[in-house]
Amino acid sequence: MQKHHIRFYKGRAALAGLLCVMLSLPAWADVHSYTLDNGLQLFVKTDHRVPIATTQVWYKVGSSYEYGGITGISHILEHMMFKGTSRYPEGEFSRLIAMKGGQENAFTGRDYTGYFQDVAAQQVALSFELEADRMQHLILNEAAFEKERQVVIEERRLRTDDNPQAATYEQFSATAFLSGPYHHLPIGWMNDLEHMTKADLERWYKKWYAPNNAIIIVVGDVDPKKMHRLAKKYFGDIPAGDLGMLKPQEEIDILGERRITVRKPAQLPYLLMGYPVPVINTAADDAEPYALSVLAAVLGGGASSRLQKEVVRDQGIVTQVSASYDPFMRLGTQFMLSATPAQGHSVEEVEQALMAEIARVQAKPISKSELERVITQMTAEQIYAQDSISYQAYLIGSLESVGLPWQLMDDYLIYIKQVTPQQVQAVAKKYLTAPRLTVAELEPLAINEEHADA
Amino acid sequence: MRKTIVTIIIVVAIAAVLLFLKAALQSNNDNKTDALFEVAIEHWVTKKGAQVYFAQVPELPMVDIQVVFDAGAARDGNQNGLALLTNSMLSEGTAKLNADQIAEQFENVGAVFSQQVGRDMAILSLRSLTTRRQLEPALTLFAEVMSGPAFPPRAFSREQGRQLAAIAREQERPGSIANKHFYQALYGEHPYAHSVLGDTPTVEALTPDDLAAFHSQYYVGSNAVVAVVGDLTERQAKKIADTLMGSLPAGKPAAPLPDVIGNVEESLLQIQYPATQTHVLVGLPTIAQGDPDYFPLYVGNHILGGGALVSKLFNEVREQRGLAYSVYSSLSPMQQAGPFMMGLQTRADQAPEALAVLQDTLAQFTLEGPTEDELAMAKSNLIGSFPLRLGSNQAIVNQLALIGFFDLPLDYLVTFTDNIDAVSADDIQAAFNKVIVPERLQVIQVGDIAAQG
Repeated sequence: MQKHHIRFYKGRAALAGLLCVMLSLPAWADVHSYTLDNGLQLFVKTDHRVPIATTQVWYKVGSSYEYGGITGISHILEHMMFKGTSRYPEGEFSRLIAMKGGQENAFTGRDYTGYFQDVAAQQVALSFELEADRMQHLILNEAAFEKERQVVIEERRLRTDDNPQAATYEQFSATAFLSGPYHHLPIGWMNDLEHMTKADLERWYKKWYAPNNAIIIVVGDVDPKKMHRLAKKYFGDIPAGDLGMLKPQEEIDILGERRITVRKPAQLPYLLMGYPVPVINTAADDAEPYALSVLAAVLGGGASSRLQKEVVRDQGIVTQVSASYDPFMRLGTQFMLSATPAQGHSVEEVEQALMAEIARVQAKPISKSELERVITQMTAEQIYAQDSISYQAYLIGSLESVGLPWQLMDDYLIYIKQVTPQQVQAVAKKYLTAPRLTVAELEPLAINEEHADA
Repeated sequence: MRKTIVTIIIVVAIAAVLLFLKAALQSNNDNKTDALFEVAIEHWVTKKGAQVYFAQVPELPMVDIQVVFDAGAARDGNQNGLALLTNSMLSEGTAKLNADQIAEQFENVGAVFSQQVGRDMAILSLRSLTTRRQLEPALTLFAEVMSGPAFPPRAFSREQGRQLAAIAREQERPGSIANKHFYQALYGEHPYAHSVLGDTPTVEALTPDDLAAFHSQYYVGSNAVVAVVGDLTERQAKKIADTLMGSLPAGKPAAPLPDVIGNVEESLLQIQYPATQTHVLVGLPTIAQGDPDYFPLYVGNHILGGGALVSKLFNEVREQRGLAYSVYSSLSPMQQAGPFMMGLQTRADQAPEALAVLQDTLAQFTLEGPTEDELAMAKSNLIGSFPLRLGSNQAIVNQLALIGFFDLPLDYLVTFTDNIDAVSADDIQAAFNKVIVPERLQVIQVGDIAAQG
């Protein structure tokens, strides 16, 4: 037998015993949370398998905080956060992280903007120092902004304008959400990107980039108490900001079906359907978001789900289908279905087939075995999720950034297990009704591809 | 050495080796040496000839298994798309079970079964919890699906239709159109030339019998690598490998792929497509896995355009000029010479300028090589980030599968950082001059070519 051991020196001993203890605890029981005097929140979850850590800084600001005329500003600011401070000029942040073996990037969503560095565990202090610096001292330079505006415009062309399905989704969102801030997506409207000003960015940075609007998450081979000390050292002296009030911007009621067509060069049609539904943050009835989660899983979660079984395999009328629902949004969202018709089948036919599946789940409670399968899958996924330190940090951030407690990672499954087939039927009947439907159809325009050898 | 009844272990005559990776964390100042992280990789060959790689990682009660066959699209022959359709049909029915039952039985025990095909590899993966009542049914089903597909005609027609739809979708994104033409330009008549999805006429012509023949030739023990990572003992891992491989005939390993000749002349292919951006790809075939030039090219590519936010191309194209959101270079050694690729997307009228920046940056790099500072930075990043490559069970199982499939030395991960550290600026310059020959670069542009004026 050939055996090779790859060994790493580590900073601490007695690890084996610690790991045994961890395994006997519930899945997520070891998140340590701290709040600094200036309001900054720190969450630390230990994972001692490998001497690495992920450091993430989440700001509670995203496209749903934006209003008309400055859409996409959170995302542009995310790009500009790499443009340097007086202490660490442009490029220094990324150069230092790279030099220390780190990998880093950032992301902007509807409800948050996040920055991360995956580093050797001993480098968390460097991450903290750099993040604390750019939380306070970002230089917004006109020339750098002009270039970055072009980069973001190219990003929009790449992700949205030249991607027929993404363009359809953008138009769907603008139709399904009329008055609420999920109307536009994080990338923002092209015209707003073109007319963004440095002064807009300065205001946005000043308003939202403050310790009392930030969450730091560290997952990895670290000591929570030491992380708390480091956080106090680097972030503790940053004064809290005046965040002001965020207006509720509640979505108006849908008064009847909304239906749009998107015509773009494409090969295949595409169908999106959605119904407004509550999330954990907005639900009047606490059980409903969990029942909706089970409903999405029964319809579209995995190869054994109803849509895969009936619409893909039995009827063979679609090549792709999905059902999705995210209960962890800041504001009410859409319960969505999507599908790509198979050749020889129309969008109308597919829409009717999806409607028939909705009617079925409304007419009769789901079976016990379906419910059990969903719970088994979700239970397993909770274990699988712990394989990735980045994903663990992401889960904590996506909850805490919208005002949900990290404990929901554990408790989610407890609530899911309380869902009854009757509750699933009830939410389907209450929310998935014809007058509440928004439909977007991608109608492909012919593409004339020409080859020219030069 | 433990003997089991069902498996004959071929003992490779090297004693257990313990190597210390000081280099991996050399960038840490407060490095102490009183505890260790280690991954022990064990390797053996089953009596069916399958190569098995196992790492025990006990912290989470789960296991990741990958079975990799030399049955990628390069094995399609002239039936482009055959390898992919064969692979995707495995979960669509066996003699005993239909697709619904297969899906339900995996998901009833919380297992995740997935299938994947590249040009070299066809991969079947299973992620499962390690409690016996969950793992055992998942493994039994895995073995049955892998070894006994029935290719039922109705499911075949449906999956064929889905693959045809995927080909159509490949043709509605400028990026995937460019990619398809890139491989055609680089590989000409070589089996790497065509897309994994295949082409509409070749996929339309496939029959269930074609798939059955492909399966019985390539899904065999001696053509397989098994990688297992998770909370299992060595004995359990052996039993898993035996369960999986025991269901297959030994068969024969796939024949070596032909050498890549490659285009000897540079060329430019422009494809008119209605889009706001033009996608630009530049590249050529380079080296196979295990090539002695690998490490100089790998480090050199990292400096040129492999690093995510720190590279010469990122700086020239995005930071300095704001021409593109995504700009990169990649080096992908395969069983035979894999591609070097530089890519970006930019507003149609800027495509000529962006292409010139790509070409100039490469030319200058090939001419001058990296500066000492650039080299030190790259080494520091690649060596310091090495533990991230083993940062999850998923990452470890991927590494083991690569080592096994490409027959890399078992100490590949142990020596990796030393190999990086040994690369000099001269090595990089020499390897780039030898392999990345500017006169052989193939250029693909897809977009509104007319707008370039």
